[in-house]
Amino acid sequence: MKEFVQNLVEKYDFQSVRLLPLLRDIQAQYHFIPQDAIEHLAQLLHIERTQIISVIEFYSFFHLQARGQYDILISDSITDHMLGKPALMAYFCEQLGVEIGEVRADGLVSIDNTSCSGMCDQGPAGLVNGYVLTNLNRPRIDAIVELVNQQVPVNEWPEIFFSTTDNIYKRNILLESTITPGEALKAAFARGLKETLHEVDVSGLRGRGGAGFSTAMKWRFCSEEAETERYVVCNADEGEPGTFKDRVLLNTYAHQVFEGMTLCAAVIGAKQGFLYLRGEYLHLFEALQQILQARREQALLGNNILESGLTFDIEIRLGAGAYICGEESALIESLEGKRGIPRNRPPYPVTQGYLQKPTVVNNVETFFAAAKIAVVGGQAFADLGTKKSKGTKLLSISGDCLRPGIYEYPFGTSVNEILHDCHATHAFGIQVGGPSGVFIARDEFDRQLAFEDLATGGSFIILNEGRNILDLVKNFTHFFAHESCGFCTPCRVGTALLQKQFDKIVDGHGSAGDVVALEELCQLVKNYSHCGLGQTAANPIISTLQRYPEIYQNLLKKISYEPGFDLDAALETARQMANRDDAHAHLAQVEEE
Amino acid sequence: MSKTITLDGKEIPFQEGQTIMEAATAAGEYIPHLCHNPDYEPHGSCKLCTVKVNGRNCTACTFPATEGQDILNNIKELSDDRQKITQMLFVEGNHFCPSCEKTGNCQLQGVAYHLNMLDNHFPHFFANRETDASHADLMIDHNRCIFCNLCVRASQEKDGKNVFVISGRGINKRLIVNSVSRKLVDSDIDINDCAAHICPTGAILIKRTGYTIPIGERIYDKQQIDAVSLAKEHDTHGE
Repeated sequence: MKEFVQNLVEKYDFQSVRLLPLLRDIQAQYHFIPQDAIEHLAQLLHIERTQIISVIEFYSFFHLQARGQYDILISDSITDHMLGKPALMAYFCEQLGVEIGEVRADGLVSIDNTSCSGMCDQGPAGLVNGYVLTNLNRPRIDAIVELVNQQVPVNEWPEIFFSTTDNIYKRNILLESTITPGEALKAAFARGLKETLHEVDVSGLRGRGGAGFSTAMKWRFCSEEAETERYVVCNADEGEPGTFKDRVLLNTYAHQVFEGMTLCAAVIGAKQGFLYLRGEYLHLFEALQQILQARREQALLGNNILESGLTFDIEIRLGAGAYICGEESALIESLEGKRGIPRNRPPYPVTQGYLQKPTVVNNVETFFAAAKIAVVGGQAFADLGTKKSKGTKLLSISGDCLRPGIYEYPFGTSVNEILHDCHATHAFGIQVGGPSGVFIARDEFDRQLAFEDLATGGSFIILNEGRNILDLVKNFTHFFAHESCGFCTPCRVGTALLQKQFDKIVDGHGSAGDVVALEELCQLVKNYSHCGLGQTAANPIISTLQRYPEIYQNLLKKISYEPGFDLDAALETARQMANRDDAHAHLAQVEEE
Repeated sequence: MSKTITLDGKEIPFQEGQTIMEAATAAGEYIPHLCHNPDYEPHGSCKLCTVKVNGRNCTACTFPATEGQDILNNIKELSDDRQKITQMLFVEGNHFCPSCEKTGNCQLQGVAYHLNMLDNHFPHFFANRETDASHADLMIDHNRCIFCNLCVRASQEKDGKNVFVISGRGINKRLIVNSVSRKLVDSDIDINDCAAHICPTGAILIKRTGYTIPIGERIYDKQQIDAVSLAKEHDTHGE
């Protein structure tokens, strides 16, 4: 083991900021991170063992106890649920002979849930040893069980199990025609970098991750910092359930994304960039590395890019299962080989980001759009959209429609038009912007896609009549409790309490004051949490409580106080110990008045 | 002429680079806090010190004071919510004040008194946490840890060691000890370390020193935490 770790550390150049890739490789080799490996790593990297342990315990894909040789994760997003995930999961477990979260006695296989894997248009989906599995169904599960039991290596499994498709159904300025490698950089150098930044400003481009900060302003702030060591980071930690447009962009248009990053580097004066790729997108890693290599060979990366004197390169860093790392300062912490804890702000990343140096963090789609803007100019982009939301937005559409996939719309497009295009005919409501967004009801379908109305990072989940809205809220509420980083009290304890309180009500143990208590808790978590995760974690409950208060009220018991648990069931141990099961050994739940 | 901020309608001076907490403390105004200690880098995690700055919630211990800020601190809305945040800390761990050696000297308890907290309000988690009494001179009762991170900071910043780290995620967050066995006895902590004495609750206790001061005559038995805190922290922030 010592030799294995030694070789790895050499491969990663003894850099402790590369702790995540190191741990990923060790996890892949041993199916967990052995104690000895931790001690070797600590010595070789000159970091404390506790830093390594804290990182292992933070990220879902790292384990201190052995997982199976085949570690299967099933995506637990609401869209997977709608495609039959719960029954499939039960079937999978039964066929494998293992419980959820457990490792089979022979150590061969383990199975567990994982947060949305970004395959919402081709689910139910999962991962085996980190590689994506799409379109799961019973025959496919039967085949996988057989492959596992025969111990066939994952790289020899049928390719179709791992196939993914782009499913692009609507194209506008960005997807209608893409740039050729080098086109944006040549245009920018010809026009001048200052002038190109001006074009980005004219375009009105705002961050496409959801927050919507002006891209030109961010680049300018960073370029004006006194410190000249600066960084470009592309946020491809696409973790918002229901979002998968970044996966498609990186699958088919990675050149243009990398070109956008290089453009940014030229403008702000950065020499090093990072693509922070969510661990769930491991299947894209090799192809992306090859594209980076091709760009180096074409003088689009490396020293003296296109003979402009610009030096810039890009390194891909994989995440390891943590939604919070989509938050830009948590992402930077993760890039530094730490737990993904959002930083206190100010200072903002543009002044003190990666290694405390000025850093631009932008979404995949933002860099993709910026490259196009460098070629066609800002006005063509600004001509589309609304006054406050210029250009187009890529939507990831999933749920109850005939054509789930990627749709590019000018801002200002109405929900009705979108529903028409994706063939959603019986929509009852839509979750816009993922769990952290908002649920809109049918009478709001004339609302518009725009920062000033329905702001979204791109997730668009359609629910038909007949779907239980509470299933959606439950899924999201549990998701946030699972993904809370735990840094601040209101989010750490609050999201766990929201889960308890919500479950209490939907499980039928709620009484008169419980919806009010739930509402109070929502406000507390929303108003006092440290970062966007906590500030939006109550949104699923808040937005459905506003629209469908009766659904919640109808679940409440008609008594003033209802115990939050099943009284009689709680006595079971006592009955067993007393060896009694007569009527007097049972306790009725409080009688309804 | 010095710059000023307005705190609850009162103009108070501040120096460039000061946080709102520092400016307020220097001016003799108490903002409830648990993870903050003026001797260490601000952490900003407990969120008790949340104040309204021009209408927006900000963490006073990390947020810089700037000219013209209109800050609300001592208002009912914030007091009510601070009480709930304190209750969250109580239900998350296992805090049995009457049987805890720290009772009367505990800042968590002191803040709870100050905020007039009369019950735990939220359902308890009944977390299964361990006690580590392996070390000859001190012990950790994880049931009482509120993740203020002060022992982590004290060990790093003052003791030049790295005895403690916060590990885990979300509600499974936990304090871990830097030793092969994960036990305190095998770590390089020493009874004279700042980290051994910094804990605001009874999570880290010094052995064989319990109950030297009788219950009823302890810090918060005599004085409210705002007075105690200002008396202690005013000098540090007031320099």
